[in-house]
Amino acid sequence: MDWLNAVVQGTLLGGLYALFAAGLSLIFGVMRLVNIAHGDLIVLAAYLGLTVTTATGMHPLLALVLVVPVMAAIGYALQRGLLNQTLGDDLLPPLLVTFGLSVIIQNALLEGYTADPQKLSAGALETASFGLGGLTLGVLPALTFAIAVVVIWGLQRVFYHTPLGRAFRAVSDNQDIAQLMGLNRRHIFGLAMALALAVTAVAGILLGIRTSFDPSIGGGRLIFGFEAVIIGGLGNLWGTLAGGVILGVAQTVGAKIDPGWQILSGHIAFLIILAVRPNGLFPRISA
Amino acid sequence: MTAILKLQNLKKAFGAVTVADNQSYEVQRGEALGILGPNGAGKTSMFNLITGTLKANSGRIEFAGKDISGWSAARRSHAGIARSFQVPQPFSGMTVFENAMIAATQSAGLHGHAAEAHCIEVLEQTELMGKANVLAGSLTLLERKRLELTRALCTKPDLLLLDEIAGGLTEAECQSLIHTIKDIHASGVTIIWIEHVVHALLSVVDRLIVVDFGKLIADGDPKAIMESPQVKEIYLGIEADA
Repeated sequence: MDWLNAVVQGTLLGGLYALFAAGLSLIFGVMRLVNIAHGDLIVLAAYLGLTVTTATGMHPLLALVLVVPVMAAIGYALQRGLLNQTLGDDLLPPLLVTFGLSVIIQNALLEGYTADPQKLSAGALETASFGLGGLTLGVLPALTFAIAVVVIWGLQRVFYHTPLGRAFRAVSDNQDIAQLMGLNRRHIFGLAMALALAVTAVAGILLGIRTSFDPSIGGGRLIFGFEAVIIGGLGNLWGTLAGGVILGVAQTVGAKIDPGWQILSGHIAFLIILAVRPNGLFPRISA
Repeated sequence: MTAILKLQNLKKAFGAVTVADNQSYEVQRGEALGILGPNGAGKTSMFNLITGTLKANSGRIEFAGKDISGWSAARRSHAGIARSFQVPQPFSGMTVFENAMIAATQSAGLHGHAAEAHCIEVLEQTELMGKANVLAGSLTLLERKRLELTRALCTKPDLLLLDEIAGGLTEAECQSLIHTIKDIHASGVTIIWIEHVVHALLSVVDRLIVVDFGKLIADGDPKAIMESPQVKEIYLGIEADA
């Protein structure tokens, strides 16, 4: 039962990792941009949540109503103002620029909020739990997982059933031809980044409720996000959820064996999958 | 007749290779213009310059009375310029219908049912309706060429540039494509067509331009041009005195 408990808890944790990863996956899928600053953007969203909740006394989940649009606006501006200029045949400029952005965000957060660990207070929700077949599940982890499923389902809908998603797939497929069909690539990329950071906002708030955070933790979240994306297979959103779950389960099972092994066993699971299936478990079928 | 397209002293060079050497010509609204020339003469570059994929070193391009020289490819598409590619480049992970819808919604600015209706109309004209829900990556060569045509038409173009669309097809396929292109021309779309399949070209166009080394070397009535010794020598490789 203890092992089953570890697997279930890991699965729920995987929902949070999938939320970390979904934005990365979307950005890479649409514009082949590897966003090194993604983890710091998650932390930025958590801090924005902190500012909103302390200023207004709102519940952090309610603060999403403000943080999501603000992050989306930041995403659009960031893409049009900075990242579009780095995109081209060479993968290196976006890597370097987002790495620099990561440093800038971390230091700005340090200046603005100090290095003290912070936490978003969600009241009774944090400790609430319910029983399920002999297991005790936290309401918050279960809610996080449910949100991850809904977000990924929603992204999938947008991608395959809306004109915007069609435009995303067209620029992803062939940018030059898409331009000749009248698509403004810069605008479409801006919208993709806006959507990615909207998801990031959700991830950041849920992270801030679950654990304490400080300006330096972005890098670790980035690694978890990358691992979930790569385990699941690049460009496949449901695969990303599966990747998050595998990572989460590996961590909780590892922690069960020895508490010191939690993070390590997640990385080991990632390395094994990378060695056995370099394209991930569910790579997008490419034509 | 009014000019829909005006090229003035258009120049483009890649290092020592000149692909457009001071080109100037006009295309009248409703015309069907054919372009002939050996490989590497600068024909496809001419299309890239007109659609905005390439920027000219100097000279200007006017479309429907406006100077479009500085416009992006997307803006030119909105204005009514469309092209097909010699090597078809569909959005291969999307269905034929989705490919068409991208053109109809983004370039022609149609929405919802109007966009769908337009796509269906074009797909029927280009005889691809039966393949509407097939992934574009799985089409045959003829179907891919028809999809190029479909996408271009879904943008509701005033000027359609066709780049060797008949190349690589069987005679029967070629004939059916010619039929479709004639229909498109009859509906009022101005056409500029680059083609090595000369008989296909001559069955549609009412004017011919010959280019070599980025220069226009002949411009006028197709029959007269095909008979001219200069064209025979340069394009067909036949000695002028033979």
